[in-house]
Amino acid sequence: MDILVFVEMRGGKVRPAGFEAISGARKLADVAGGKLTALLIGKSLDGLTGEIEKYGADRILLAEHPLLEGYTPEGYREALVAAVEESGAKIIVMTATTMGRDIAPVVTAKLDAALLPDCTSLEYKEGRLSVVRPVYAGKLIMNLAATSWPVVLSLRPKAFLATEREGVTAEVSRLEVDLEGKIRAQLLETRAEAGDKLDVTEADIVVAGGRGMKSAENFKLIEDLASRLRGAVGASRAVVDADWRPHSEQVGQTGKVVSPSLYIAVGISGAIQHLAGMNSSKVIVAVNKDPEAPIFKSADYGIVGDAMEVLPAMIEAV
Amino acid sequence: MNIAVLVKLVPDTEASLKIGDDHRYISTADLNFVLNPYDEYAVEEALLQKAKHGGTVTVISFGGDEAVKALRNSLAMGADNAVHVKNPGGIDLLGVAKTLAAVLKEGRYDLIFAGKQAVDDDSGAVGPMIATLLDIPHVSSVIKLETEADKLTAEREFEGGVERFELTLPALITAHKGLNEPRYASLKGIMMAKKKQIEVVEAEPVPAKTEVLRLTYPPLRPPGKIVGEGREAVPELIRLLKEEAKVL
Ligand SMILES: Cc1cc2nc3c(=O)[nH]c(=O)nc-3n(C[C@H](O)[C@H](O)[C@H](O)COP(=O)(O)OP(=O)(O)OC[C@H]3O[C@@H](n4cnc5c(N)ncnc54)[C@H](O)[C@@H]3O)c2cc1C
Ligand SMILES: Nc1ncnc2c1ncn2[C@@H]1O[C@H](COP(=O)(O)O)[C@@H](O)[C@H]1O
Repeated sequence: MDILVFVEMRGGKVRPAGFEAISGARKLADVAGGKLTALLIGKSLDGLTGEIEKYGADRILLAEHPLLEGYTPEGYREALVAAVEESGAKIIVMTATTMGRDIAPVVTAKLDAALLPDCTSLEYKEGRLSVVRPVYAGKLIMNLAATSWPVVLSLRPKAFLATEREGVTAEVSRLEVDLEGKIRAQLLETRAEAGDKLDVTEADIVVAGGRGMKSAENFKLIEDLASRLRGAVGASRAVVDADWRPHSEQVGQTGKVVSPSLYIAVGISGAIQHLAGMNSSKVIVAVNKDPEAPIFKSADYGIVGDAMEVLPAMIEAV
Repeated sequence: MNIAVLVKLVPDTEASLKIGDDHRYISTADLNFVLNPYDEYAVEEALLQKAKHGGTVTVISFGGDEAVKALRNSLAMGADNAVHVKNPGGIDLLGVAKTLAAVLKEGRYDLIFAGKQAVDDDSGAVGPMIATLLDIPHVSSVIKLETEADKLTAEREFEGGVERFELTLPALITAHKGLNEPRYASLKGIMMAKKKQIEVVEAEPVPAKTEVLRLTYPPLRPPGKIVGEGREAVPELIRLLKEEAKVL
């Protein structure tokens, strides 16, 4: 069973989730047999093949075109469909990031395939592919199987470990993509956030603040602790709705679902919609002045106290 | 402008969920259902566009009898027409998309809105699938939309930035939180919605390509401990994070 993995890039660099996807696909290929082809889509890609090879792809396919420098659903769809044809892959693996979640259903519809989205683990047994995926914002876990081929999968960021392999070499080839008149939703601009800011979904440590932080200014403390820990800032919906923090930081049922090794919730009550977004974190720490706050029920470690007093002490201690 | 909005009824985000006896679906007994939160943004945006360009807003829901509630809620917000596409059973994501795409094709809509994702299956797939099946351009997870006569600019966030697209109608947009502030239905709206005729479409089954094997509960977190009170507890917390949890 040949596998194609689409390796996500942004701004000319492979995203962490991209490497995880190659590793996830590699493990699947080891069990399912067949060749693993890694697809890169962009403008100039030559310098990246070495990095990709290390994670164990048998082949690397480069789809280069000036119009593929930035992401468009139609441009990337053309490249992906051409790559599926070229490689003969029956399993197509992607990342369950903003890009992957957009393009996976497009490719599925184009190939009339089965879609298994946002997977946290994969199993191939007796010719059948099944996956585990959180549903209802993580309140339940679903085992879902494909009953026909081809299958498109997207892998949740941080659920698969990116691991390098020894002594693998990949054959590199190029893929011609005809984009003439294909791209109707055109990319006007991409604005990257200042200074390689880590996204909450990608960070290994998240320090999140809620209404208990009392003001937008006080989030300086959250930012300081996050930067000391090389982590990212998260927020409850209450503070996003109050415009203290941007939408991109909201964790929860209508925000982002994160699973870092350490999630520190400060001044967050622990509403079920917030818990849904962070309950799969490895270790949860809560700081809240109310000993009865529901967040303590989900936390591994708690400190009852005023955030304005506890946070400076934490910043000092780490 | 002829606008369609795809809406779905989902369990209240407040609810704790119980798995049904078949271990494949949730138990719906005593469960409160609401309009999918992202679909509220979609309905609101459709109403804003109608206010700007004129036209009609048709809300469409695929499902069993419960779908009617999603439609009534959307009508109460101000949608003009509602279509209930009856679930013939045994359909998966792509089947839902194919069925809805066929209905949308008939309606010749200029602009189609869907939610970024339904907060039950959390797939975020139906919108982009439908755009592909209808062969129209789309932008998903949109947080900002500007429209002129037949041109749209749409912004969306990705991990680490924002990207802005331009596209012409017909097109499909999936709505993310931040796009707008959904209005509350007025009493008058609710009364009117009760009286509105809902068009019913009988759908054909589409063979599913996926099968739910099992639903389970996530592993229970072991009970945690309160390390202490105030700033005095910080050194002990840091020690535990380093030595016991080994995450620092
Ligand atoms: C459809 C829907 C979707 C939703 N989606 C989300 C979502 O995605 N994410 C999300 O977070 N919420 C979501 N919510 C909202 C959710 O229900 C809660 O309202 C929200 O999470 C509360 O945010 P909070 O904990 O910051 O604020 P509050 O509930 O007001 O809690 C503030 C906490 O801070 C504590 N506190 C106060 N002062 C201090 C201090 N000085 N030091 C320390 N602690 C202090 C208080 O004891 C309290 O526990 C959603 C709601 C709905 C209806
Ligand atoms: N049964 C349905 N009826 C109408 N619209 C739907 C249905 N399922 C999904 N959608 C639309 O597609 C969006 C994404 O759903 P999903 O792909 O299931 O996460 C939803 O927010 C709705 O706008």
